[in-house]
Amino acid sequence: MIKFLTKGLLRDRSRSLFPVLVITLTVALVVFAIGFMRGTMNSLFLDTAVILTGHEKIVTRAYNEESQLMPNDLALLDVGQLIHDLNQNYPDFFWSPRITFAGLLDVPDEDRETRSQGPVIAFGIDFLSDGSRQVEIWELERSIVSGNLPENRDDALISSKLADQLNIKAGESVTFIGSTMDNAFTTCNFNVSGTFNLRKGQTDKQMMLVDLSGARFALDMDDAASAIFGFTHSLYYDDEVAVALRTDYNNTKSGSIVQRLRNEQSEETLSYMNGWNRISKKEQESLTKQRTNGLNDNKMYNNAEEWGELSVEDPGIFSPFMLALRDGNQMGTMVDISGAMLAIMGGIFLVVVMVVLWNMGLMNGLRRYGEVGLRLAMGESKGQVYRSMISEAVIIGLTGTVIGTGIGLALTYYVQENGIDYTKGIEALSNSSMVMPNIFYAQVTPDLFYIGFIPGVLATVFGTMLAGRAIYKREMAQLFKELET
Amino acid sequence: MKKKLLFSVLSLSFVFGQNDMSVQDIIKAMDDNLNAKSRILTSKMVVHGRRSTRTIESQNWIVGTDYAFTEYLSPPREAGTKMLKLGAKLWTYSPQTDRVIQISGHMLRQSVMGSDMSYNDMMEDRPLLELYDAKLEGSVEIDGRDHWIMLLEAKEKGLSYPKRRAWIDKEYLLPMKEELYAKSGKLLKTASMDGIKKVQGRWFPTRFIFKDELKRNSKGTEWIIGEIQFDTDIPESRFDKGRLRK
Repeated sequence: MIKFLTKGLLRDRSRSLFPVLVITLTVALVVFAIGFMRGTMNSLFLDTAVILTGHEKIVTRAYNEESQLMPNDLALLDVGQLIHDLNQNYPDFFWSPRITFAGLLDVPDEDRETRSQGPVIAFGIDFLSDGSRQVEIWELERSIVSGNLPENRDDALISSKLADQLNIKAGESVTFIGSTMDNAFTTCNFNVSGTFNLRKGQTDKQMMLVDLSGARFALDMDDAASAIFGFTHSLYYDDEVAVALRTDYNNTKSGSIVQRLRNEQSEETLSYMNGWNRISKKEQESLTKQRTNGLNDNKMYNNAEEWGELSVEDPGIFSPFMLALRDGNQMGTMVDISGAMLAIMGGIFLVVVMVVLWNMGLMNGLRRYGEVGLRLAMGESKGQVYRSMISEAVIIGLTGTVIGTGIGLALTYYVQENGIDYTKGIEALSNSSMVMPNIFYAQVTPDLFYIGFIPGVLATVFGTMLAGRAIYKREMAQLFKELET
Repeated sequence: MKKKLLFSVLSLSFVFGQNDMSVQDIIKAMDDNLNAKSRILTSKMVVHGRRSTRTIESQNWIVGTDYAFTEYLSPPREAGTKMLKLGAKLWTYSPQTDRVIQISGHMLRQSVMGSDMSYNDMMEDRPLLELYDAKLEGSVEIDGRDHWIMLLEAKEKGLSYPKRRAWIDKEYLLPMKEELYAKSGKLLKTASMDGIKKVQGRWFPTRFIFKDELKRNSKGTEWIIGEIQFDTDIPESRFDKGRLRK
């Protein structure tokens, strides 16, 4: 039957070619439009993620409370081990340490006296490790204005705005003046390997980028980091996945580290008791847990208000704590608004397209009014005619949708890889404080593989079904009269 | 009210009668104990951080209140770092960068080597008598020793601590405990001293403890004096800016 219907469709091109073309174009448009909207929203998030939040960010609980102050004295320790564990437990993300610090940048003259000086916000990023994707996600190769990317620990990239302000050129030496993670005064020389312009308004006004190793040396932060940033391999932010991962990490991994740190503190405190070494290891463990649980149950950790001097400093504040992108300042609202906007825009677009295809199905059905009458007159049952029309609509819808989805996905993938460059337009906004991407990328997501079937197949079939209702309204006795006219 | 006033006067006369010293005398004696024509000392600063404890050793040459030269001896990262104070100016030299940097403005409020002391604390070592008006608040016995409680209020603007309260040992004439306040009355730092010894005819502490009360969970910084010599001749060349790089 399907073969028969397909042959009929192929031979009568007025019934197949035009509808398939319309469905193909419409579905391709739907797939690309939704993919482009998703990608554009993701590009906006990615800029924030790269500079500030990551798709996931791990900091200590204490750092999180004072993050505005960039308190590197509260930084993560044993970062190598933490990253090893994260790579093993969460392989869908790649994890990279980051040090964020601020201070003064001092430019010496020929006598090594201060020539110029200005405030700087610096990022220690893992540029030099094998397999690091930081140069790629920062789009540094495209952003370099002069000089080269950092190749050594002592190399630094200075934003072109800061370089102009301090009159620095690539190849010169500058001195960073700031504080170590112990809050001690520190000075460290960096060679300016190049200057860059992120083309994101005022974001990089006072920015300096150095390799993680250089930042660690300058701030005395061996195997420490302000934060660990996590990104999906595709760089696409999926809020549900990110939130689920964050919740899992904080409830299991982070929670167990808090417990371990508290137990270590309890054990150390109890070890000063007389006779501690005379009791068995098992009893020691039991007492340790009792103390930790007692302090926790009675809310005695960091609770000077209620407990005064009896309050105990919680070692758990130095445990790693994961934040999803939506947990950053107002980012949750942004994620929700963008999700709602996408749903509304996508929904409206889908409805409009469905109406068009529905209408096409309807018109196709009505156009064949005479043919249907003839078939009924020849003895085909109403049900048979109705079913055959729907089957034809399914075949046309499926064909158009598959081709349209293929074209839409190919187009989306092309724009995902190459992007559409809006640099000139964005540069016109360079005086604003908005962080805007210069190149908008589309994003191929799993739902794009089936979203086209809603308008492509369903709308076409519904249109045909609606048109086909007329078949049942026709009176056999009137049929020949109708055909005569 | 009159009774109160009479009681206060009697109390004060009792205090002064006992020690035969005016408020000014006490402050001056305190300044004399703590300051000298010159000092050479080695010291150890033990910084108790929230997560670790660091010890920094240094050698200091000080003349009056205007000239001071410090060379850090350990740990290795700090060894060779030097600091020079000439009047109201402060420079630091780091061998890693081979740069002499003047510390000024907001940097003076930064902590010295991560301790609870700021560069301003180091700079403001002029005699208390010059900087503050003192008022006796009373007497108290601490650990079996008599102390005066003195409230000092700044005579001039711009001091780091416009108000301070000191507990002064009546025998040692040293501020055994001090509370340092902002103009608003907020407690900024506390300082105490112990291990008092007689060195070259004056009482001098061998350990100071500073605590920055604005730092959450601060555990304080101990400044332990090793060797100290008073009124020794220090050549002027010691305070030459060029000496920082040597």
